[in-house]
Amino acid sequence: MTFIMTTQKQQTIKLAVWTWSWVATLAIATFGPRFIWDDHQLLTVLAILTNLANGVMMIIANRKYFNIMDELQRKIHLESLAITLGLAVVVGLSFSLLDQTNLITFDAEIGFLVGFIGITYLITLFINRSRYL
Amino acid sequence: MKNKLKVLRAEHDMTQQDLAQAVEVSRQTINAIEKGKFDPSLVLAMKLSRLFKEDIETLFIYED
Repeated sequence: MTFIMTTQKQQTIKLAVWTWSWVATLAIATFGPRFIWDDHQLLTVLAILTNLANGVMMIIANRKYFNIMDELQRKIHLESLAITLGLAVVVGLSFSLLDQTNLITFDAEIGFLVGFIGITYLITLFINRSRYL
Repeated sequence: MKNKLKVLRAEHDMTQQDLAQAVEVSRQTINAIEKGKFDPSLVLAMKLSRLFKEDIETLFIYED
């Protein structure tokens, strides 16, 4: 295994760890006030701050992950991100309009947009990889 | 853009993995360049040029 591959693997693991840590702290900050500490305000603020700090660490890990990619890998991810960002803005605003004009019966929650971003990124990555590799 | 990477690699008896390691990219990147699916950056082109001791113009053929 080459030095680059080893470094990439290590960085992928770090990114995965920070991502799971962010998801876990998000779950704690979401459900903790109701099910664990009975709406204690200080604990809720601490849980949100911990989640925010984990999110920042996840972003830093993601930046490092990008910086150790080679130029083709970076191109594949950048193209996927560009499409995902564009679609997230356009589809997100259209979805919000549907909610505001009461054309849909449910609320346009942020969770839908996050899910849409994740799925779009995965699909565009898959398509871009098959184009170049 | 066409290139002579595959020929030169064969002449030097190198695998895609050997070449990838020598110029610090992934094997998939070397494969994509050889197939003409991806044009390398100037830095990578110069690394390849130095490695094979060939001019960039010999290694890569630009076509309009």
